[in-house]
Amino acid sequence: MTPTRGYRVFQAANGVVLTLVVVVTLFPFVNILARSFSGEHAIRSGQVTLWPRGFNLTTPHRVMSDSLFWTNYRNTVVYTVVATAISIVLTTCYAYVLSKKHLKGRGLLVGIAVLTMFFNGGLIPNYVLVSSLGLRNTLWAIVLPNAISVFNLLVMKAFFESLPPELEEAAAVDGLGTYGTLWRIVLPLSKAVIATMLLFYAVSFWNSWFAGFLYMDRQELFPVTVYLRNLIAGATTGSDYSTASDTALQIAASIQAVTIVLTMLPVLLVYPFVQRFFVSGVLLGAVKG
Amino acid sequence: MRTWRRAVRRDWQLYSLAVLPLLFFVVFRYLPMLGNVIAFRRYQPGGDLFGEYWVGLRYFRMFLTDPTFWQVFGNTVIIGALTLLFCFPLPVVLALLLNEVRRRWLKGFVQTVSYLPHFLSIVVVAGLVLQTVSVDGVINQGLTAVGHDAVAFIQDPGWFRTIYVSSEIWQTVGWGTILYLAALTTIDDDLYQQAKVDGANRWRQTWHVTLPGIRPTMVTLLILNIGTFLAVGFEKVLLLYNPLTYPTADVISTYLYRVGVVSGSFSYAAAIGLFESVIGLTLVLSANWLSRRTVGSSLW
Repeated sequence: MTPTRGYRVFQAANGVVLTLVVVVTLFPFVNILARSFSGEHAIRSGQVTLWPRGFNLTTPHRVMSDSLFWTNYRNTVVYTVVATAISIVLTTCYAYVLSKKHLKGRGLLVGIAVLTMFFNGGLIPNYVLVSSLGLRNTLWAIVLPNAISVFNLLVMKAFFESLPPELEEAAAVDGLGTYGTLWRIVLPLSKAVIATMLLFYAVSFWNSWFAGFLYMDRQELFPVTVYLRNLIAGATTGSDYSTASDTALQIAASIQAVTIVLTMLPVLLVYPFVQRFFVSGVLLGAVKG
Repeated sequence: MRTWRRAVRRDWQLYSLAVLPLLFFVVFRYLPMLGNVIAFRRYQPGGDLFGEYWVGLRYFRMFLTDPTFWQVFGNTVIIGALTLLFCFPLPVVLALLLNEVRRRWLKGFVQTVSYLPHFLSIVVVAGLVLQTVSVDGVINQGLTAVGHDAVAFIQDPGWFRTIYVSSEIWQTVGWGTILYLAALTTIDDDLYQQAKVDGANRWRQTWHVTLPGIRPTMVTLLILNIGTFLAVGFEKVLLLYNPLTYPTADVISTYLYRVGVVSGSFSYAAAIGLFESVIGLTLVLSANWLSRRTVGSSLW
């Protein structure tokens, strides 16, 4: 069937709209890159749009030679690695238990997890709890309160349930216990879903800032997101710039731009390659959850 | 009892794997729920987790007669309503438009680009927003190019909601299409063939086949959206607002953050938080009930 004239007009308009969506989505990224390599004067006078004006590498150099920035960047790496490792172990263990249909009390165990998707204690009780457990100014304040994401848990549970039961029956015949089956049979078959979960957790811990903001009192403990937040809020301009406040204000705009770029860089670099994992993970969770 | 003993004997290894995760849920999810009793009790920082002694509804009476509370309540409702109004339907529209793209690489490219903002830290998003609307930013460049004076958007309470909702659209619309696009692929092609035989054009096919096909997904997401109506992007507001824009920007969650964490009135803030959760729960339950009665699909 040949498309009608009206439909051809629609297709053309659709192309224009989708092009606009792409342009509007990407524009802030291009703009921030242009600002990162522009002279402060060009930025302040509103000349920087798509392309650097007064090109220079002074600001990237300044940010990268700020020791506090690197300390905070390293903190983010450490927090992300530790938190992701703990999260993936806890999530895998619990998801595996929940996937065992014959287990007595399984419904209760599922309910305990799912209920927390709809009820949560709220900011103040959580804050009071973390503080009275003495977790302030430790990495555990960032890691433990968010160790299991119920959404990720349900995705893994759905995956484990989709594995053929014969495999594990065969493992039982071979004399493998639960631990052995999980470790030698199930996990090697689950590499794809584990990779997806690792990505989910790693990105969310990399991006998180509020726990660090709330529970860390000393700036050498901040994750880089809090460093950036303080830059944005003007609370501090980083240790190297605090000496001369006029200069600090002057270079603030391009420093913000460079810090933003460096903070999102790891996510941007891996994003094109791992995007499809995220999509498939979300769909698995939505269908089963 | 006997059966439990047998179950434990047979499956103790499985149960042992559940111990640490259960500990997590008890300590970091259920203890804070119980911790809400401090809304009814006097709490001293550093003192007992569950407060010192009962004070009844004192803190509830306090915030219900607090004019600031009612102002932030109003702001929350307005921002929540605007977010729902724009961020719920736009992903449906974008998904339908993407669905009409015949070249697969083009569709894939638009999807990849539009998902990207979802993966950014909220701090990065706030940074991008602030740069875009700053006095030397792109929007003001456009304004001055047409002879208009530059506007200090971020200091102007009149602009806060526009900035907030626009950035929310920028960040969420692309990712929001995923579930709809998946639902669109499950629609039976025979239905379209039948509609064509009946003489339906593309528009009528969309109206009578496509939209009913994604209706369950829409209902589910709408209920979820309504449930989180009052929990408007706390972190984003916290990053974007400033004392000058409090009159329009301050919402319940940011207010209780300042009252509780910053000023140390934990019980007072916990009372506000509890009130907010109860309203949220009521909203999600009523939305669920309403959709079961009217369109026949619901979350549970």
